[in-house]
Amino acid sequence: MLSKTVAELASALTRKEVSSRELTQAYLDRIHELNPALNAYVTITEDQALAQAETADTRRAQGNAGPLTGIPIAHKDIFCTRGVLTACGSRMLHNFISPYDACVVERLEQAGAVMLGKTNMDEFAMGSSNETSWFGSVRNPWDQVRVPGGSSGGSAAAVAASLCAMATGTDTGGSIRQPASFCGLTGLKPTYGRVSRWGMIAFASSLDQAGPLTRSAEDAALMMNAIAGTDLRDSTCLELPFEDFTALLNQPLSGLRIGLPREHFTTDLNPAVQTILQEAIRQLESLGASFKEISLPNNYLSVPAYYVIAPAEASANLSRFDGVRFGYRCANPANLDDLYKRSRGEGFGDEVKRRIMVGTYALSAGYYDAYYIKAQKIRRLIKQDFDLAFNEVDLILGPTSPHTAFKLGEKVSDPVTMYLEDIYTIAVNLAGLPGMSLPAGMLNGLPIGMQLVGPSLSESRLLNVAHQFQLNTDWHTLRPEV
Amino acid sequence: MALDKNDVEKIAHLARLQINDTDITEVTQRISNILGMIDQMQSVDTSAVSAMAHPFDAGQRLRADQVTETNQRDYYQTIAPATQDGLYLVPRVIE
Amino acid sequence: MSWETVIGLEVHVQLATKSKLFSGSATEFGAGPNTQASIYDLALPGTLPVMNEEVLRMAVSFGLAVDAEIGKRSVFDRKNYFYPDLPKGYQITQLEFPTVGRGSLKIQLEDGSEKTIGITRAHIEEDAGKSLHEDFQGMSGIDLNRAGTPLLEIVSDPDLRNAKEAVAYLKKLHSIILYLGISDGNMSQGSMRCDANVSVRKKGATEFGTRTEIKNVNSFRFVEKAINYEVQRQIELIEDGGRVVQETRLYDSDKDETRSMRSKEVANDYRYFPEPDLLPVIIDDEYIAAVRATLPELPAARCARFVSEYALSAYDADVLTSDRAMADYFEAVVTMCGDAKLSANWVTVDLLGLLNKSDLLISESPIKPDQLGTMIARIKDNTISGKLAKTVFEALADGETDVDQIIESRGLKQVTDSGAIEKLVDDVIAANPDQVAQYRAGKDAVFGFFVGQAMKISKGKANPAQLNELLRNKLKAD
Repeated sequence: MLSKTVAELASALTRKEVSSRELTQAYLDRIHELNPALNAYVTITEDQALAQAETADTRRAQGNAGPLTGIPIAHKDIFCTRGVLTACGSRMLHNFISPYDACVVERLEQAGAVMLGKTNMDEFAMGSSNETSWFGSVRNPWDQVRVPGGSSGGSAAAVAASLCAMATGTDTGGSIRQPASFCGLTGLKPTYGRVSRWGMIAFASSLDQAGPLTRSAEDAALMMNAIAGTDLRDSTCLELPFEDFTALLNQPLSGLRIGLPREHFTTDLNPAVQTILQEAIRQLESLGASFKEISLPNNYLSVPAYYVIAPAEASANLSRFDGVRFGYRCANPANLDDLYKRSRGEGFGDEVKRRIMVGTYALSAGYYDAYYIKAQKIRRLIKQDFDLAFNEVDLILGPTSPHTAFKLGEKVSDPVTMYLEDIYTIAVNLAGLPGMSLPAGMLNGLPIGMQLVGPSLSESRLLNVAHQFQLNTDWHTLRPEV
Repeated sequence: MALDKNDVEKIAHLARLQINDTDITEVTQRISNILGMIDQMQSVDTSAVSAMAHPFDAGQRLRADQVTETNQRDYYQTIAPATQDGLYLVPRVIE
Repeated sequence: MSWETVIGLEVHVQLATKSKLFSGSATEFGAGPNTQASIYDLALPGTLPVMNEEVLRMAVSFGLAVDAEIGKRSVFDRKNYFYPDLPKGYQITQLEFPTVGRGSLKIQLEDGSEKTIGITRAHIEEDAGKSLHEDFQGMSGIDLNRAGTPLLEIVSDPDLRNAKEAVAYLKKLHSIILYLGISDGNMSQGSMRCDANVSVRKKGATEFGTRTEIKNVNSFRFVEKAINYEVQRQIELIEDGGRVVQETRLYDSDKDETRSMRSKEVANDYRYFPEPDLLPVIIDDEYIAAVRATLPELPAARCARFVSEYALSAYDADVLTSDRAMADYFEAVVTMCGDAKLSANWVTVDLLGLLNKSDLLISESPIKPDQLGTMIARIKDNTISGKLAKTVFEALADGETDVDQIIESRGLKQVTDSGAIEKLVDDVIAANPDQVAQYRAGKDAVFGFFVGQAMKISKGKANPAQLNELLRNKLKAD
């Protein structure tokens, strides 16, 4: 029961095979059993969850339930939750009880979803393995000596290990898609501006976007229906009419043109991953899609440009953590400078400090043009590559990650190697486009995902392709034995 | 672009981050490595390209001039490290 | 050696909106500490700015008032620095693309000539909170009520050449801001704050000298004193063989001196970059035209109109129009009495004198425009003499309200009955034969004596024009 999709659970609830209260209790029991090993949750909101579940059951009994009413969800700890610890993977916020809810949290609550707790993550979403968390690493449910990916590693592990039915994530450079790939899930990073960033603790404001981590494309569509849409509290949130993301799910794929970026299918890509992708391509061809080689010539510059823009924005976004109004404050500051330097020095972990310093340097007098402006120009080139490609094809298919989940500790000592993990996902954030990862195969007992990227606001089409693929394959139905 | 210890100390001061003396060499090395990776950008001619600050081109949405907030000081200050008489306390500010 | 002073002013004006620039918090002055600080103002993680449309309208209206280029695409930037009154650790401001571009302003110099002062730009930004330095167990207290209040920072070109010009410019700005109603302009409460960049150079030199920035000047008088002090300090420093250091200095009004702000001396690197939480503010010609249509008549135009329409002197017109409320007052008085010249005299001399003495604003005047207008109308229609009108004015100032009742109850009505005045003249002539002889012998100055005598007898109530005419005729006739 616990490993069913949201769509399946919703019909079980409708058919009264189970109540939300029972379902919630079952997930809580499983969390208590498995979380100590997996470390996917940092906070479990048991009482609140049971209360919400009862409300959901009442709603359902009254006949005003939606598809998410009563479905247990986990929130990445980057989303502010009123009255609940919101630590963002950091010692800096180890005591931050948020006085307000994020827009995404509000909307899912309105849809009737039941919050089980808050999931572990790389500190301030800065990482690709979940190893930078102040609360310790998360274990990949498929193989507990391996990482779940990051930064939404706790959410991905929780969904994969059936510690919740669905989870929220955020993606600044691949933080939904790469953990989805490593944990065998469907993960969607929407178009920049689709989902409100209000209450989502900012890493890089022009790149951050919230999205679903689920067991199927259909589930992702159901979550998108709840979380997408205009929010006047976020000036960068697009004003669009309501869109039903499930509407196109069953559309046939005939006539679909898919591009394969030459630059993604090179010798850098693990040959076994390449073989898996070829198999997925054949599958989609059999469903009516046609394939064509395209080029994203500037993709190789996405990692360097990203590691200027994201740290630059982060260096300012993280200045508010100063030990004055909330969060960690060092003991006995000798003076104001000491208060700042020790609160921040002790409150932030090494990776966060590194990125703040890189960003500070890139913006500092004399380097601004060579780094920040240069990176923004390259961002334009990367966007133009996609624009050109989408003149020829409807969407782009490629790898999400160069390989399957790596071992804990394997890359943590070398930041640059870790950064290159996101070589296939980062350009999508720079261009503000929607991208998703869905399970495409298994390699040595570990899941591997493929990435679909579409033009702006093409989420419904991406979900359609993923859903059609999932109707004809069963990679997404595999569950780890935990 | 390789940084030296001095550069890192300057940056750490700008960012108000305390870096322990024992860590400074390693921090310097790692940041230099990152900057080395970033320097790949410099090989591309971007003189004819305009900078892109936002993923989409649109104008700012504005809100009406209305007071929508109420006083919630006491609630907001429950999470503050140090307050007195409604003020946030910090080590003495010298002007 | 002869020195020339070069001054540029940066004026921060708090815009009089109901809510803050990027949040829905109130902006009222004097509320309890941190009671007007929302989660955005406190920079809680996850909060985001949403811009107040009224701030844009106010900035554009200022731009139009000083004939400035209006930025059709203005961009917000982050200015990064750490300070406890700056909760986000950055201030949202406009660096490269301000809402108001180049403009200018004319000021009147003491010799009556006009000078045009360039306005470099005016940009929208957030105000900071306040640090209170009273002792809290050796700590400072931070109040963030002011944090996020909208400011318009108006930057002048270095066109000002002495402290008096700087004050004239500042007063002109103040006047425009009040005309536009975009700020209360209250300098003592910090609604209008002035930083002065001051340098000196030898007369005839083309390069600027090293400048210092004087902060914390919160009245017109202190601006003048602070600049004069700083100019003298710089000249003496150079003449003694020293060098001016580029630095920020604080004006201490108690000691009347400027002193170095050592704590801010460390060269800052503000690491400006475009604010990613906000998009560019785009406005079109239609928007600008709509704002222009709402602009009130501004002081310069009103001054010119007062000269042409009311035939006032340039000086009177300038005095009356420098304050929108005063100009409105004046025009209301004119409407009541129909005599601009007389109205101008009463307003600029008597009324201003009264207000200055009691330290009142025109809006707080005990005499309302319709009262003063009625009083002047009674002078015009010969009910009272100009001299006795002072008695009426004083009664009004003391709180009486009805002009005609004041005249009636005090018996101030003029005698205009020609028979009565003729009798008066005859009595005076008969009683003073010696003076009559002197006058007829050609001593014209004696005429005043007769007027004085007649007024004394009539208790000042004889109509002066009629009295003069009859006196001259009678003295000549015999």
